[in-house]
Amino acid sequence: MSVYIEEPRYLTAGESCVVAEFADEIDRGANDAVMELKRYMTGQSEIPIIECLPTYRSLAVYFDPTVVSADDVVRVARKAPISVKSDAAAAMTEISIPVCYGGEYGPDIANVAEHAGISEEEVIKRHSSRACHCYMIGFMPGFAYLGGMDESIATPRLTNPRTVIKGGSVGIAGKQTGIYPIDSPGGWQLIGRTPLRLFTPEASRPTLIEAGYEVRFVPVSEEEYKKIEAEVAAGTYKPLITEAK
Amino acid sequence: MLTSVQDLGRWGYQSSGVPVAGAMDLPALRLGNTMVGNPENAAALEVTLMGPEIEIKGGGAAVFAGAELGFSVNGKEVGSWNVVLLNDGDVITFKGPRGKGCRGNLCFAGGIDVVPVMGSRSTYTRAKIGGFEGRALKNGDVVKVGEPSPLWKRTGGFNIPEELRLTQDPEAPLALMTGLQEDAFTEEGKKLLFESEYTITAESDRMGCRLEGPKIGHTEKGADIVSDAIPLGAVQIPGHGMPIIMLADRQTTGGYTKIGVLSPLSIEALVQKMPGNKVRFRKAVVQEGADEQKRIKDAVRRVKELYASYVSRPEVKAAAAAAAPLSTHFRLTVEGKSYDITCEEIS
Repeated sequence: MSVYIEEPRYLTAGESCVVAEFADEIDRGANDAVMELKRYMTGQSEIPIIECLPTYRSLAVYFDPTVVSADDVVRVARKAPISVKSDAAAAMTEISIPVCYGGEYGPDIANVAEHAGISEEEVIKRHSSRACHCYMIGFMPGFAYLGGMDESIATPRLTNPRTVIKGGSVGIAGKQTGIYPIDSPGGWQLIGRTPLRLFTPEASRPTLIEAGYEVRFVPVSEEEYKKIEAEVAAGTYKPLITEAK
Repeated sequence: MLTSVQDLGRWGYQSSGVPVAGAMDLPALRLGNTMVGNPENAAALEVTLMGPEIEIKGGGAAVFAGAELGFSVNGKEVGSWNVVLLNDGDVITFKGPRGKGCRGNLCFAGGIDVVPVMGSRSTYTRAKIGGFEGRALKNGDVVKVGEPSPLWKRTGGFNIPEELRLTQDPEAPLALMTGLQEDAFTEEGKKLLFESEYTITAESDRMGCRLEGPKIGHTEKGADIVSDAIPLGAVQIPGHGMPIIMLADRQTTGGYTKIGVLSPLSIEALVQKMPGNKVRFRKAVVQEGADEQKRIKDAVRRVKELYASYVSRPEVKAAAAAAAPLSTHFRLTVEGKSYDITCEEIS
């Protein structure tokens, strides 16, 4: 397993896609490099591209091979000034996600507290104490792969997955934390729920969290949860997003 | 048997985790739309194996682009790649596959008129996004058709020569452009993949085509990777060693090793195959895939030219002018044992 930000690998991925790979493991610096390359490729006007898909450690660039060639894409990508170094986190856009922890919103918080040998209040404190990095969106529409959770609250998945989990539920699976964007089955330990809509298909930007964002969970009371929920339903809620400088 | 609304796919939202979806047989959709004067990316009904029964309200023009599934109007077989004019009360049926392919696109002049979601009318059923209420069509549905090209009445009887249909030889090995994680497989495994015959299993669907045959071994690097992008036609081989070819409804990202990607016309050949059919692979380079994309684009361009010349023929113009004026508002009804679509227009 290694990181090769300075010498990315350009992988052949059929005639309509090139993958620029910065590591073969999960690495924050490699992910930051992916985001830098994505910004460069979507901002450049030298060649037309269809879309860029950032993942943990690579950027897939999709293009029309009757207009540009894979070689063109690699040539342009090589011009991108990649400034990040391995494991040196770049300044990122931060989004605050209000979460009502415990109770009916987070029925498994007691499991997490028991597994960590701490109180439920301490679970909330540790879960919301540091921002998590969104490495990529995948698995299902709007699902953010988050890294950087306090490992002291890591808890194995439920042995019996639930058949339905409400969209907005915040869970823990091993060292990972995440938010279910839409109602779906799943086996994560649910510790809370956000009233925000993570995935809105009809919106111009369908996902609230984007790859490369820092995600900060902010504990709110049930009363605040319901207030925000009503604002979201009315379309008046503005999520707190701090843009990177 | 599955009928759903599909266009060329939902591009631009993979970074939000939204699969591309779209027609399985993309070249056929582009050609079919062109034959009825639609933009290439207009939405059509993707029909698989046994088609639906559709009752037409109003009038219009349609072509079935794809495999020969016995496309018929009022019991009379029209066949694929022939544009037919439809009148109020006409009933479309499919007599069943003729052993040459299993799917196609029923393209109506004007396209299927559903509200685009994230820029596309394609149905992605797993997340209930797009198309007709985010699902496959079922008995009793009423589907609208959009505003057709003003020349639609002149398209009846238009067909295209065999070589422009881009129908692939089902016996030809599939062109696999190696790349991605090809170094995660043993030399012996790669040799086996290119020398063996694989069988399509019954678990295959719009998401992926699962194969069964000799097991492809991985090197000490193993079969799992940190998730990365899955292009259309990617040949993914998990730890069990059996290839899965990722198709229209594939997830945007995945954590299994991929040995390469099928060429566009090999994907066309594959999506016409059925469970139990055999496939073989041959090694190909990226240029071959790019050349095929150019060939598809050229075929579409030639069909556009043929269409333009057909609709300006004096006898075609005269016949269209003599025909009873059809309502610009038309409606399509589909009725069948398990399906029923009604297509209603417009304006």
